[in-house]
Amino acid sequence: MKYRSAFDIIGPVMIGPSSSHTAGAARIGRVARTLFGKQPKKAIISLYGSFAKTYRGHGTDVAVVGGILDFDTDDERIPASLTIAEEAGMEVSFTIEDTVTDHPNTVKIRLFDEDKELELVGISIGGGTIEITELNTFKLKLSGENPAILVVHNDVFGIISSVSTVLANHEINVGHMEVSRKDKGQMALMVIEVDQKIKGDVMKEIEGLENVSQVIRMVE
Amino acid sequence: MFRNVAELVELAESKNVKIAEIMILQEMEFSSLSREQIIEKMDRNLTVMEQAVERGLKGVQSVTGLTGGDAVLLQNYIKSGKALAGDLLLDAVSKAVATNEVNAAMGMICATPTAGSAGVVPGTLFAVKEKLNPTRAEMIEFLFTSAAFGFVVANNASISGAAGGCQAEVGSASGMAAAAIVELAGGTPSQAAEAMAITLKNMLGLVCDPVAGLVEVPCVKRNAMGASNAITAADMALAGITSRIPCDEVIDAMYKIGLTMPVALRETAEGGLAATPTGRRLAKEIFGSYK
Repeated sequence: MKYRSAFDIIGPVMIGPSSSHTAGAARIGRVARTLFGKQPKKAIISLYGSFAKTYRGHGTDVAVVGGILDFDTDDERIPASLTIAEEAGMEVSFTIEDTVTDHPNTVKIRLFDEDKELELVGISIGGGTIEITELNTFKLKLSGENPAILVVHNDVFGIISSVSTVLANHEINVGHMEVSRKDKGQMALMVIEVDQKIKGDVMKEIEGLENVSQVIRMVE
Repeated sequence: MFRNVAELVELAESKNVKIAEIMILQEMEFSSLSREQIIEKMDRNLTVMEQAVERGLKGVQSVTGLTGGDAVLLQNYIKSGKALAGDLLLDAVSKAVATNEVNAAMGMICATPTAGSAGVVPGTLFAVKEKLNPTRAEMIEFLFTSAAFGFVVANNASISGAAGGCQAEVGSASGMAAAAIVELAGGTPSQAAEAMAITLKNMLGLVCDPVAGLVEVPCVKRNAMGASNAITAADMALAGITSRIPCDEVIDAMYKIGLTMPVALRETAEGGLAATPTGRRLAKEIFGSYK
């Protein structure tokens, strides 16, 4: 079952005009903001495919920036997000790309401030549903059909087992898991797809583990 | 858990409850939220729909200027007393248009089932409301009944224009609305299914050919026709008319038509109305030299 809730059909509440070009774009921007952890000083947004061709009419540009400002899909400030970003001292620039990507609605977001930067690629697959396909050049594979979390951690011995122990203690079954890292001992990522929704207390418990820096819900 | 319309109708009939109730029970099981929480969540969606219609009826314009103001024209026409179709039908049409004009103007809407098809379900609900005087609870049930039918289409076929053409968006929305109107008007679960089947049958093959790739032309007017289609089919079902092809088979036919539809006619803005000389000129005017 691709759709599991009545609210996947009646909803989301959103700023128009397009669930994929506007609501989905805002959600991708917001995931980038959440992963960055704070408001960035600078955002470089690259639009591909249908996003690149029709972003102005669909408000994809203001939606992505709204997401980076931490606005939800129904935040009425979305149409004014470019001005709001400017007033907040966030520098925003767009590049329109010709490259043909795997999915017609693709956006790459790069966020910066003095002490960190982040790069994320997301796709908008319809009805406001999104997938994050790349984070800091790591490729992420998600079916999008099951709830999934992303665990950002240091690449150290035993961390995978600590995370899976927490899940096992809460009787959460793992359907698919992927671990990737750039270099030994550096930042690494775990993408875990599970059978049931992961509740807030479990998220907190994982986040509290030593060497885990962040836990994000990728698919509800 | 229901997997198709036949099971949905069977569940409602065997438990002697409305289709809305089956959807609410399933949502409780899926989400582990209480009944009150689920009702409250849908109540919020209903409020958003009401506000969108109200705003659209006052008149809005989209960013591109391609759409806006037609809901007002229709309301004025109804008031003139010269309308040929019934007032309820035209009221539904104008309220569907109002919602989609707000959507095109980047206003707040509730995707039903998508943003491009967001007008049909609320448009028909708020028009029928004038005649049937439902309670707030019954209006919320209307949305759950719509959701139940949309749920079957989304899981067994598609609600995406890019995947299945406009038949999957406005077609699905119209079928959902028709079924919900029947239930609100006191029809049986199987009559609701007949209304869904009759509606969707008449929207089969509808292509998704948005001018300049925008959710404006012809999307706004397709929601208008979707709303009138839904009301007509609901009346037919309530009159006792049935569909010779069962609802699930109509949904399956819609899916297969979607799969065989050329890519140019599935939300790529490369065929149909988007590819007409005027469609291309408008795209060029709006987006400059990209095409």
